[in-house]
Amino acid sequence: MARKATATKAQTQPNVPQFSNEQDLEAFREMLLIRRFEEKAGQMYGMGLIGGFCHLYIGQEAVVTGITMASEKGKDAQITGYRDHGHMLVMGLDPKGVMAELTGRQGGLSKGKGGSMHMFSNEHKFYGGNGIVGAQVSLGAGLAFAAKYRGDGSVSLAYFGDGAANQGQVYETFNMAKLWKLPVVFIIENNKYAMGTSIERAAATTDFSMRGASFDIPGEQVDGMDVRMVYDAAQRAIEHARSGKGPFILEMLTYRYRGHSMSDPAKYRSKDEVTKYRQERDPIEQVRARLLENGVVTEDDIKKIETEIRAIVTEAADFATNDPEPDASELWTDITIEA
Amino acid sequence: MPQILMPALSPTMEEGKLAKWLVKVGDSVKSGDVLAEIETDKATMEVESVDEGVVKELLVAEGTEGVKVNTPIALILADGESAGAAPVAQTAPEPAEAPLVPAEKAAEAAPSAAAVPAAPKFEAQNDPDLPEGVEMVEMTVRQALNEAMAEELRRDKDVFIMGEEVAEYQGAYKITQGLLQEFGPERVIDTPITEHGFAGLAVGAAFAGLKPVVEFMTWNFGMQAIDQIINSAAKQLYMSGGQVTAPMVFRGPNGAAARVAAQHSQDFSAWYSHVPGLTVIAPYSAADAKGLLKAAIRSPNPVIFLENEILYGSTGLVPKVDDFVLPIGKARIARKGADVTIVSFSMGMRYATQATEKLVAAGVDVELIDLRTLRPLDSDTVIESVKKTGRLVTVEEGWPQGGIGAELSARVMEQAFDYLDAPVLRVTGKDVPMPYAANLEKLALPNVGEVVQAVKTVCYK
Repeated sequence: MARKATATKAQTQPNVPQFSNEQDLEAFREMLLIRRFEEKAGQMYGMGLIGGFCHLYIGQEAVVTGITMASEKGKDAQITGYRDHGHMLVMGLDPKGVMAELTGRQGGLSKGKGGSMHMFSNEHKFYGGNGIVGAQVSLGAGLAFAAKYRGDGSVSLAYFGDGAANQGQVYETFNMAKLWKLPVVFIIENNKYAMGTSIERAAATTDFSMRGASFDIPGEQVDGMDVRMVYDAAQRAIEHARSGKGPFILEMLTYRYRGHSMSDPAKYRSKDEVTKYRQERDPIEQVRARLLENGVVTEDDIKKIETEIRAIVTEAADFATNDPEPDASELWTDITIEA
Repeated sequence: MPQILMPALSPTMEEGKLAKWLVKVGDSVKSGDVLAEIETDKATMEVESVDEGVVKELLVAEGTEGVKVNTPIALILADGESAGAAPVAQTAPEPAEAPLVPAEKAAEAAPSAAAVPAAPKFEAQNDPDLPEGVEMVEMTVRQALNEAMAEELRRDKDVFIMGEEVAEYQGAYKITQGLLQEFGPERVIDTPITEHGFAGLAVGAAFAGLKPVVEFMTWNFGMQAIDQIINSAAKQLYMSGGQVTAPMVFRGPNGAAARVAAQHSQDFSAWYSHVPGLTVIAPYSAADAKGLLKAAIRSPNPVIFLENEILYGSTGLVPKVDDFVLPIGKARIARKGADVTIVSFSMGMRYATQATEKLVAAGVDVELIDLRTLRPLDSDTVIESVKKTGRLVTVEEGWPQGGIGAELSARVMEQAFDYLDAPVLRVTGKDVPMPYAANLEKLALPNVGEVVQAVKTVCYK
């Protein structure tokens, strides 16, 4: 039977897993890079440098950071939906390539032909960047199928949101994943809103960790704002999948500070709700406070890290602004491979 | 000194109202702090600070309407910057320059229609020469498809088959007969009835480098999976700038079977042939079924392989060679002739072939072309033929609107208009859902008489 964690808030967890100072520092850097990168992307969108849809990950940084810290980089595959910038940054893809893809330039990860929602890297085993809500769930199970077929010991980490959790193919995939004991961890990033529709208005049952119950897939609800909780749960879930026991569901209780996309004013939720998350639960502030409190770093050290991160983001933004658009000849390339 | 610019809230926004300032001169701000509220005709949005520092000046007053996107609206004194050292002239707002240049340049450089580079031309190879005196073996299309899969499974460990009833049941139409016994359950995989799910799963496995052969019990059920086929498989290479592909085959019976009515009788040839990124194959003969399925499994691209239930039992001669692989994208001239060109594929070839026999007997020298591949479409072979005969009749089971015949008509009109001696005629399935009643079903499908009549019409006979 599916296991369900009863507590959802870090402060009410009986045993908050502890991070070493190094882990806290790593998490702080990774999450700060995502935050600053996304803020910059938002600004560049406002300047007309980024077009179309642009979905920012601000607020949800602890999820992908904690999961990736618990995974084997370069071995375990990751796949997500359209809110994908943070995943790529944490997996080690070049921020310049990501930002230049957002601006549609030739140096973008997809040569400017994919955009915000379509970026991939065979080298880093990142498979997108998928614009169709829920499609990445069955694709992600396919990555796990390949891992099992080859016996390479890797695990597939498939992220989707509370909105995607209502798509039919998710349950088709749960069934096959359990039936065939595929090494996949389904990570449901529950940020409470599927675009503008709250989970209460869209889901008959809002405990998404239980969505695998019919298939006997164990699930856990996790405080997705605390990177330590995410990491701890991910370690267990990944080990479960890697050891041949089949899929595991992690429901990450998280929150996005910005609208669904850049053009969403987010009028469907109160300002107080957003403020409360930002002030009381912010994933980066939690780590910053801990680092300072434990005397690991000084305010000056933090400033230094922030300056370094800003430099990376500025470099990415400058590159993405000045890199040329793809050559017109790229219109006709990469449609099929000539055998 | 960082400038705060009037942001665009959507790709189409040009100006907006600065509704409210939430900071004042002298306030300290950090990343993420809300600075102002902006109103457009659509929504009210908040402008957040990306920079840290102290608000030096508000350049646009609260309540100002029609503030153009990218106009500086405030100045922030960054940490460590002194007011005196501010390099920016503090004058009235003017459009920001530096960051926008590339975008403007891009707009100026936007290619006109004339500058669109020409599409590269696909060069199909010819069929391989067969060794002299090669033994020809009579077999059914079913056996040919089965042999093709068995040979490719033997050749490449990354190839696997998945679908409903493909393993223990030996295939709903027995195309996968014996494969489970030879290759085992890891490579011949029965799926639950879950087309969308297993198609997506197979595409994911292909991203990771495996070469799945996905059997749809019929292509009618494949429609459940069409999102994964088109949005995930077909577009992947392009969207990833050439990095990630989906080397895989989706196959199964397509088109009308017999008396199974509307939901189980549909020809998807035109649907899939519409999509760049896909290869679409629809063979008629046993030899083509074998040689092209082997080519499809080896293809680095996602391939739609459209079989036909009624043709599964028909027999043909297949050359007995070690590795019989045919080129994708090459039509076959089934009969050379000079008077009129008939073009068809798959089941349509049965009507076309029988009509050709009748017409030749009546003295009409028909050139009959079997397209075999629908994307890339071998229009060269068709155009060359029409230049010779001046007349074209197309035959397909699918609906007329936007069909393969419609596409061929357009291409012939564009490339061989001056050679035409008569309008192109299409023989197609009727523009109705497939009826169940035997007489109506017969009326809904194309038939030999219609092909004969169309040829007579274009020959003015």
